[in-house]
Amino acid sequence: MSHQTLSTILFLLFVAGTLGITFWASRNTKDATDYYAGGRSFSGVQNGLAIGGDYMSAASFLGIAGIIALSGYDGFLYSIGFLVAWLVALLLVAELMRNSGKFTMADVLAFRMSPRPVRTAAGVSTITVSIFYLLAQMVGAGALVGLLLGVTSPTGKALTIVGVGVLMIVYVVVGGMKGTTWVQIVKAVLLMGGATLVTLLVLGHYGFNLSGLLGEAATQSGKGAAFLEPGLKYGTEAQGLAGKIDLISLGLALVLGTAGLPHILIRFYTVPTAKEARKSVMWGIGIIGTFYLLTLVLGFGAAALVGGEAILAQDKAGNTAAPMLAEAIGQAIFGEVGGTILLAVIAAVAFATILAVVAGLTLASSSSFAHDLYAHVFKRGNVTDKEEVLVARISAFVIGAVSIGLGILAQGQNVAFLVALAFAVAASGNLPAILYSLFWKRFNTAGAVSAIYGGLVSALILVVFSPVVSGSATALFPDANFAWFPLSNPGIVSIPIGFLAGFVGARLSKEYNADKYAEIEVRSLTGIGAEKASSH
Amino acid sequence: MTARQHDASVYEEIQASDQFRELKRRFRAWAFPMTAAFLAWYLLYVVLSGWARDFMGAKVFGNINVALIFGLLQFVSTFGIAWAYSRFAEKKLDPLADAIRHGVEGKTE
Repeated sequence: MSHQTLSTILFLLFVAGTLGITFWASRNTKDATDYYAGGRSFSGVQNGLAIGGDYMSAASFLGIAGIIALSGYDGFLYSIGFLVAWLVALLLVAELMRNSGKFTMADVLAFRMSPRPVRTAAGVSTITVSIFYLLAQMVGAGALVGLLLGVTSPTGKALTIVGVGVLMIVYVVVGGMKGTTWVQIVKAVLLMGGATLVTLLVLGHYGFNLSGLLGEAATQSGKGAAFLEPGLKYGTEAQGLAGKIDLISLGLALVLGTAGLPHILIRFYTVPTAKEARKSVMWGIGIIGTFYLLTLVLGFGAAALVGGEAILAQDKAGNTAAPMLAEAIGQAIFGEVGGTILLAVIAAVAFATILAVVAGLTLASSSSFAHDLYAHVFKRGNVTDKEEVLVARISAFVIGAVSIGLGILAQGQNVAFLVALAFAVAASGNLPAILYSLFWKRFNTAGAVSAIYGGLVSALILVVFSPVVSGSATALFPDANFAWFPLSNPGIVSIPIGFLAGFVGARLSKEYNADKYAEIEVRSLTGIGAEKASSH
Repeated sequence: MTARQHDASVYEEIQASDQFRELKRRFRAWAFPMTAAFLAWYLLYVVLSGWARDFMGAKVFGNINVALIFGLLQFVSTFGIAWAYSRFAEKKLDPLADAIRHGVEGKTE
């Protein structure tokens, strides 16, 4: 049996299992709290696993392992930003949001302010961030299936994207937050299991001598000691000062973006209390941190055992480094059959990873559309629970269909920058609005709207005029050149713009509501009046 | 007087209470400086990765260099701060928050 057949069988098992769970979860999804927040009935440990599932995208599993395999140490810089970011979420956001919000990020902002403009801004930003992230994952899915299952025709890839899209729509529309959370939990366990297994085999192969593994990776890479040091990919000496500032800019977006990602923020609502929210972030940090330590070994292991040339021959970005390593280490230890089985397992895990992440993103964006834009902006709050959930389901379907279409259109384009852009927008627009709302007495509607649009628009404009869109060989439009902004990552400029816009906007408006500030401050810190878990 | 205004004044009363001010002070005095500290520590790491490459590339033992140890220390500090926060919150924040909440919910329910 070929590894493609085995991968497909394993993946179908995952799909069958998660669909079973989704339909089971749908029987207990009755009202809006069930649909948007899984009835707030998940435990801290369960939600911690789901946080890991939502966060460990294919970009971080395959992408980071690939960057390390090809460019060495620099991939590690990425993982560290992704991990440290969780402290912002733990210390400043998770518990306070759980205590003061209901279903979406906008609930916290709209609390003290004029709800319609604030919800519109938050909804626009949520949907923009989620669609960017979603699109990057969809295009990635098409590319991956080509590499892992040997599907090379454009029609075959398009069909894969349709398949992934249809499954994610079913998870979200049928299972809501409850079904989606279980999909994340199953995926997180599989991903951690698969990554741990391959890591242990690789370390065992080198007699658990990390230094020996690193030495072999450095030798095989042909770059020697430089392979183990920063500077081969980000801020290379050839790029000069702009490259190094770009590195700082990327680092800022990574560390500040996580706590503003809508699909991460709505995870805090799925647990019954703020204490459980804290516990879930603790578990999330443990799982995500361990996972990034594993990818370090996977990346260097792939450099040592597979070699950069072989990886480059399959994929320029190195996305297949981890599956190729699984095959190589399986062969080295268990022979031909072992290699086939391990490759199939890791490939199936990679698909499960993509599927789970896109489902989380679809849920976040459709919830925001239904709860923020439809229920509170268009209908001014005059909707029944039932109607709101129906709209959420319809919008999940529409957003899913749109991202399938965009995913097919963007096939073969270099859209990897969209993930970094999503983090930059989250850090520049959403984070300042959330932090000011929770901690700054004088904050108001004008401030929130300015922060969100200021951060969102400045990040978008800077990226459009950056080398990732035009003016370089790897750009989205390599033949055009309208780039005047020298950095690929807008964060270092757009994050201060977002914070400044929020500050100035709030100062320029006289609106101030002492009662409401007292209410959000007291509620967020004490949990008085916090939304309760469903009783059923 | 409407119920809405009445609620709000309850929150303002709590906000002005000594117990709540102590809770807010404890939370901010821990979380704000710690956030500044871990962000500075992280930025130091990124800046050194960009500008102090000789230092980062120095070998400590075998093929293990300063960059790798510095990176692993970021993991250690993240796990450590998360653990310390959870201990601090359980001991110093939760009892106070619970007391305030029970006081209020006892009154209204």
